[in-house]
Amino acid sequence: MMSVEDEVIVIGAGIAGRMAALAAARRGASVRVISHKESTLAHASGLIDILGYHEDDPVSSPYATIKKLPPGHPYSHVGSDGVRTAMDCFDRVTTSYCGGHTDSNALVPTIGGRLKPTARYPESVAPGLASRPVDTLLIGFETMPDFHAPATALTLERIGVPFDVRGETIRFPVELRPDAGRTRLARALATDEPVDGGGCRSALAARIAPVLGDAGRVGLPAVLGDGTTDGIRESLADHLGVAVFEIPTGPPSLLGHRLKAELTDALQAAAVRIETGNPVVGHNATDNRIDAVLVQRSGDAVPYAADRFVLATGGLVGRGLRADRTTVTEPIFNCHISHPSDRYDWSEPEAFGDHHFARFGVRIDEFFRPLEDSGAPTFRNLHAAGAVLGGADPAAEKSASGISIATGYHAGRVAAEGAT
Amino acid sequence: MTREQYVKPTTDEPPGRRDLRPGADSCYKCSTCDVHCPVAEVDGDFPGPKFQGPEQWRLRRKEGSLIDPSISACSNCMRCDAACPAEVPLSQQHNTARAAYVDESVPRWSRTYWRNKLLANYGRLARFGALTPRLSNLLMSNRALRWGLARLLGITEQRSFPRFTPQTFRSWWQERGGAAIEHPEKRIAYFHGDYANYNTPAVGKALVRVFEHYGYEVAVPEQRCSGTPMFANGMLADAARAAQVNVESFSELVEAGYDVICSCTSCSMALRQEYPELFGLDGIETLADHTYEAMEYLRIHEDLQADLSEARHDRASLAYHAPCHARNQGLAGQPIELFAAVEGIDVTDVGESCSGISGTYGWKTERYDTSMAIGEEMFEEMEAAPGETGLTECPTCAMQMEHGTGYPVRHPLELVADALLDDSA
Ligand SMILES: Cc1cc2nc3c(=O)[nH]c(=O)nc-3n(C[C@H](O)[C@H](O)[C@H](O)COP(=O)(O)OP(=O)(O)OC[C@H]3O[C@@H](n4cnc5c(N)ncnc54)[C@H](O)[C@@H]3O)c2cc1C
Repeated sequence: MMSVEDEVIVIGAGIAGRMAALAAARRGASVRVISHKESTLAHASGLIDILGYHEDDPVSSPYATIKKLPPGHPYSHVGSDGVRTAMDCFDRVTTSYCGGHTDSNALVPTIGGRLKPTARYPESVAPGLASRPVDTLLIGFETMPDFHAPATALTLERIGVPFDVRGETIRFPVELRPDAGRTRLARALATDEPVDGGGCRSALAARIAPVLGDAGRVGLPAVLGDGTTDGIRESLADHLGVAVFEIPTGPPSLLGHRLKAELTDALQAAAVRIETGNPVVGHNATDNRIDAVLVQRSGDAVPYAADRFVLATGGLVGRGLRADRTTVTEPIFNCHISHPSDRYDWSEPEAFGDHHFARFGVRIDEFFRPLEDSGAPTFRNLHAAGAVLGGADPAAEKSASGISIATGYHAGRVAAEGAT
Repeated sequence: MTREQYVKPTTDEPPGRRDLRPGADSCYKCSTCDVHCPVAEVDGDFPGPKFQGPEQWRLRRKEGSLIDPSISACSNCMRCDAACPAEVPLSQQHNTARAAYVDESVPRWSRTYWRNKLLANYGRLARFGALTPRLSNLLMSNRALRWGLARLLGITEQRSFPRFTPQTFRSWWQERGGAAIEHPEKRIAYFHGDYANYNTPAVGKALVRVFEHYGYEVAVPEQRCSGTPMFANGMLADAARAAQVNVESFSELVEAGYDVICSCTSCSMALRQEYPELFGLDGIETLADHTYEAMEYLRIHEDLQADLSEARHDRASLAYHAPCHARNQGLAGQPIELFAAVEGIDVTDVGESCSGISGTYGWKTERYDTSMAIGEEMFEEMEAAPGETGLTECPTCAMQMEHGTGYPVRHPLELVADALLDDSA
């Protein structure tokens, strides 16, 4: 039978699964990641929030505020110092992230004209931080209707940013259909595609220059290249004589995509094997120990054996949790998910209300092991991390990636320590 | 969710009036598919898979609306399937939209129709070509003929046609008297497809030798093209005819206890996913459930990994490209893992990029530049990797790799055979 056998198997290749795999591999374990599909990294803004809001107020010191979170919150199993250790690992394995020099949140302008309190941001975003009082020009493109630079500038002005901000919409120098994909713009800039005898970068700068005015920096939506952005930002900045930065976008997000690529490189360097394309559909267990997870391949459910397993399959969006009209389930191990029996209690009437569904998920003990309703661990060698965990409302708290990194890292660590 | 549920209607209304399909409705427009689409990245006119799938499907609900012509710029690489976090059956929607487009908007007398028909039915032509391989090879490399094909039909002159082999795989198989080994349980039916038969029989022979080495009884039943180039050209009726032959022929063996093994990852993709998604034929689900790629099967049922780690091979450095279709079947890392253990073989993964040829796509004059632009990243990575030989499971990716770098390209099964077996018969 299947010769595949590892010390640690991580299910799910989102940010939680990737951090778990890295943490386990760094402790010497042989690690395999099995993921059905792409993760939510391609949706995510690319910002790493640890804790942006607490009881509806913006947070400036996430580590200090974590201590105020209620028991049962995923951070409560990690603790403030534990989050710090995990973030240190994140900082070491990524190459283009900033923010690790301070414990305070940075304020990043978003395409919606808000300021987002966040803990880590790509270096291409750094020159745009709201704490830098530099007059700002925002540039949008006609072919990117979801970012309207003048409206964004107006919103930022209204919330009182400490600098002047203007927005202009221009035409991208390459001929494009009205709703061309972001990757198309990114590719044109990355390859400095020829336009009118010159390169696309200088042509873009030439279109920005006439509207630059007194601005000391220029912000563009995050389409500056499909890989690392350095060359492009620098050449635009050279042409314009001012700093150039990227504004994180909603999905699809190239910043999230680049983060995924960075983590993939780190996984490769750590000799972690990643297998995507087939879902884990079940498990074999003896007593309360998992022997293998079952991967669907044609009509076969192929067992993949390991000593320890990390469940990092995401929440309702990543498909780690499934909901129908009566129940919410975790489909691989059938971990217990507590939820009101009446479906109408799952949500609140207000769009941004205190929804119950936002907190759905697996509950864990101090070893990150999913718990039964009774409070006993479901399996001795199963650990869970990321959005599959319940007990927090990451969208309201702005804590999603922080929770995934912290619980992922420590679940991976515990798995490797238990396995070796 | 099973494949079946994708296409099952959620209402009891009669087919013409159904307005809900779980596939289209489960798209929440995150656009992750668009980010992973290699065509959208280089072609500013291509609206991307989300439009081609759920959005075209919805626009079609309005009576009298036509499928947008941009569907024919989709290369059917199926990366969108792997990207979608919501399990929207994008490639299925693209295949059906493309077929509808060809039906309603591509005139039967047009050059495009005949060119696509010709490319899609490559296997039929190959049958004649293979009767007189030397003459065919001579003809296919004839400048004047190539010029004519380019002008008349729009088949690019930039590429050289694959060469026909002096002896097809099937004729070799017959000559050797069929299976050399009998076994009451370990039995496989080989789906070689057209390419291994007419152009690269060495791959088929390697497969037979490796499976016989492991004690399997091999059958090589009657078969036609898997249909992949037909789906990709919107020729669904042609594909349905080919599928019918294949399903009938292989189902019989599946019932007798055989599993179906492919050496081409687009063939296994067709049998596993596209057949049950597109056609309602008896036995088609069972066939899908019994279809595997060759090395995948040996990893499940034999200890291929351990055997390879004791094997030795002449020193070889190869640049491996995982075909998109292999990636979707969870096979992308397989050769890397398998060969890492073999003494003498050094394989470098050239990364996640698409080769860009997508079967017949890169053969069309109007797609050639797009195809090469997509392939650029792969060419660069191949050149940066040690060695000057390529490695891949897909015959058309292999064409593209060779075309872009000049490297010869091998199939992993050939390496497995070389490493495991001493004789080179
Ligand atoms: C639109 C959006 C914007 C966001 N913006 C931010 C932001 O600004 N700041 C921030 O900090 N965070 C943000 N996030 C959150 C963050 O990016 C992650 O979504 C979150 O941390 C959850 O990550 P995860 O790894 O737990 O799960 P996911 O990313 O959901 O990954 C789960 C993985 O598991 C796989 N999987 C599921 N089931 C199976 C199975 N049965 N077998 C095998 N594999 C399986 C899936 O295919 C997927 O790859 C955002 C998320 C979204 C969706």
